[in-house]
Formats: sequence, C-alpha cells, structure tokens
Amino acid sequence: MKPAWTGLLAGLLLNGAACAAGALPGDSLYHFDARFSDQNGHEFTLRERRGKAQIVTLFYTSCRYVCPLIIDSAKNVEQALTPAQRERLAFLIVSLDPDRDDTAALHSVVDKRRLDPARWTLARTDKQSLRQLAALIDIRYRELADGEFNHTSALVLVDAEGRIAGRSDGLEGGLDAGFVGVVKAVLGK
Amino acid sequence: MKRTAGLCALLAAAAAAPAVATEWAALPGATGFRTVLAYEDTQNGVRVAPFELLRHPVTNAEFLAFVRSNPQWRRGGVPAVFAESRYLQHWTADQEPGAAQSRQPVVQVSWFAAQAYCKALGARLPSWLEWEYAAAADSTRADARQDPAWRERQLTWYAQPSTTPLAPVASQPPDLHGVYDLHGLVWEWVDDAGALLISADNRDQGAADRLQFCGAGALSAADRENYAVLMRIALLSALKASDTTANLGFRCARNLPPGEKKP
Repeated sequence: MKPAWTGLLAGLLLNGAACAAGALPGDSLYHFDARFSDQNGHEFTLRERRGKAQIVTLFYTSCRYVCPLIIDSAKNVEQALTPAQRERLAFLIVSLDPDRDDTAALHSVVDKRRLDPARWTLARTDKQSLRQLAALIDIRYRELADGEFNHTSALVLVDAEGRIAGRSDGLEGGLDAGFVGVVKAVLGK
Repeated sequence: MKRTAGLCALLAAAAAAPAVATEWAALPGATGFRTVLAYEDTQNGVRVAPFELLRHPVTNAEFLAFVRSNPQWRRGGVPAVFAESRYLQHWTADQEPGAAQSRQPVVQVSWFAAQAYCKALGARLPSWLEWEYAAAADSTRADARQDPAWRERQLTWYAQPSTTPLAPVASQPPDLHGVYDLHGLVWEWVDDAGALLISADNRDQGAADRLQFCGAGALSAADRENYAVLMRIALLSALKASDTTANLGFRCARNLPPGEKKP
C-alpha cells in the first residue's frame, strides 16, 4: 500500500512541477519545434531555451556589409547592461545560409568576434525551418542567384516565455536607446 | 506478427492524412520567364522548373478534413503565434464550416496553416515565381500578360466589392494548363511570401532604411502596367505569416516525381 501511495504522491509532485512551468502562452515562439544546431554541433529546440530572455536575429557568415553590424549592434546592447542583467540575457543568431555556414564556420565567427559562448549561440537549421523562424520574428530575406542574400535586419527581443517583447529595426549606427530600455525593463535590475 | 503491425501502422498513417481529392495539373515551366519583380538578378528572365499545382484553391471541405485529422490545427487549439484570432472565424465551430460552403475556397487561413496543410499532402506551397508563372496563362497561351484584354479582365475582379460571397472553386473556365481560379476568386499564399522585400517599413528609401538591407536594395517593379499582379505582391508583403483575411486562401504545389521530366 505504502509504495503505491509514494508513487501517487511522486506523480502529483511531478504534475505540480509541470504546472509550475506552466503551459506556454499562445504567442510564444517556443511552440515552434524545429531543430537547430549550434557552433559546437549541439542540437537544440527553441523550447529548451525557455526561462531566459534572448535577443534573436539572422545573419550569414560570408556577408561583409550589414551582418558584421548586426553582431556589433547586439554587442552594443550587451555592453549597455549591468553585469547582473547580462547574465540574464542570451543571444541567438541563426544563419540565413545553412548550405555554407556549417558548424565550423559558425564556430569561427564566435572566435573571431570574441563572443562569450556561455551567452551567445550561433546556429543553423534546415531551409524550411529557417523560412518559418524568419516569419515568426518578421525578418524578410531572399536568396540571390549568386548565393548572396537580401534581408531586413532587426534585433528581436524574446522574453523568458518566448513572447516577442521588443525589436530594433534597421541599424542606424550606435545604440538604439529605446530598445535598450525595453531590454532592461524585461530583464529587471 | 511484426509485419502485420507495420502494415497497421502504415494504414493508420494513411488514414490520418487528409482525405481530399488531390487533382494536380502539370506545368512545364519556362526558361527566361519575365517576372514583374525587378531584382538585380532577375533582369534577363528566370528559369521556372516544371512542377505540379493543385487545379483549384483548397476548399472548405478539404480543409475540414485536414483539421479533423490534425487537431492541432483546429480553430480553438492553434497557438496564436501560428494563426491569429481570426483564423477560420467564418466557420460556426472548430469542425463546422456552417454557411461556408464545401466547394468555396477556404479563407481566413494563416501562412503557417497553409504550409501545414500542404505538408500533410506531401506537397508545399508554390513559390511566388511558380504562382506568377502559372497565373500568366490564359485559355490558349502560357503567357498572355502583354495582352491588354487579359490585363483588363484581371483588373475587373479587383474592382468588385469583396462583400459578395465567394463563388465555388472551378466556376470559371480553366487555363491551358488545366488550372482554375488563379485570378478572379481569392488571393493566395506563397511559400516565400517572406522573401518579398517590400513592407510598410521599407518602402521608402530614406537613409535609415537603407541599412535594413544586406546586399542590394528593395524590390521594384519591372512591369508597372501589370497592376493585377503587383497588387498581389503588395498584399503578400504587407502580411505577417500568422495573419488571415476574408479573401486570402491557398493551393499547394509539388515537384514532379523523380525521373518524370516533362518538357
């Protein structure tokens, strides 16, 4: 009798834990179940990143003009935060060019740009999932005949539950103070 | 025993697929197709590979079969991130199209829902280029776009008030490929709607906007006379993938089966 009780109790506790995590809000990006692979070849889904706010954007490694600026502007945001806030924010930068941006190419950007791998994830996914991710964060892109890409640039702030909480469109140079304010509000002090 | 189990699993999988009549038209494709999109890499025409296209837009009855076997795409169950609150709002209930007639094209569907439907058919949404190429045809020509009468006919539909009920699919005569309703019934999602680089944010070419683009700039139109097709692009580029409208439906496309090379 006792073991059955214990089992039941354990079951209830597990259920309780699941309830504490709670159902995802309807507008959460974490409903999207595509598989990604990071700069170390480690596979993950967006849902596994639940619980921590992150800035999400798209880039590709062979892009010379705007893409380095995308990483610059993300770094600018990071530098405008307090150390405690920095600990609570992650970056997810997904390649528009999964054909050429393999794990090694992603890893070399992390090294060259001196991105802290504890907080920065450079990732790739299949082309269909990429098109869907771009739709979810409203970034438009088009592959050109010569293998380059046209794309809009935006930093998209996603809260711990996967909801879009803010975005910084275009790269006007320097820091987008309004956006940093939104990031700080989401992260707390 | 094992074999039987495998067979059962196979049958179960077959039963879960939407029970729709898939009527496909084969389109031969083209080399040097003139798209209205004047990107720098499309100036000399582009190649459209042969493909197959559903003869008519997906209907309410077909979409009902899909949501019956795919509960996650029912009106009440789909997360807002994939379909806004107006998703299938013209149906009376989750699985009740009500006054929406079975042969009318389904509307109020998001891009994500349209994609999921086509995927369940083992197909995909057509690309913009495939749609534009298919929609260039009339009953006798693969590309009738330079004919003023063709242009006039397309525009007449856009001038009609959108309050009249949608006609059943295939009420108009088919084009020379055997495809119905590319014009004159509903707007249609395309797979790369998110590649149409004009949006409310980027249309003007101010200094601040220029940096939104990596590589060469936004879209311009090579054929400004083709209003009917340009209006499609303007609409698609203004929509988010979770949006739905009362005049926006879709149809699916698929690659030709391997080894079947049509001219």
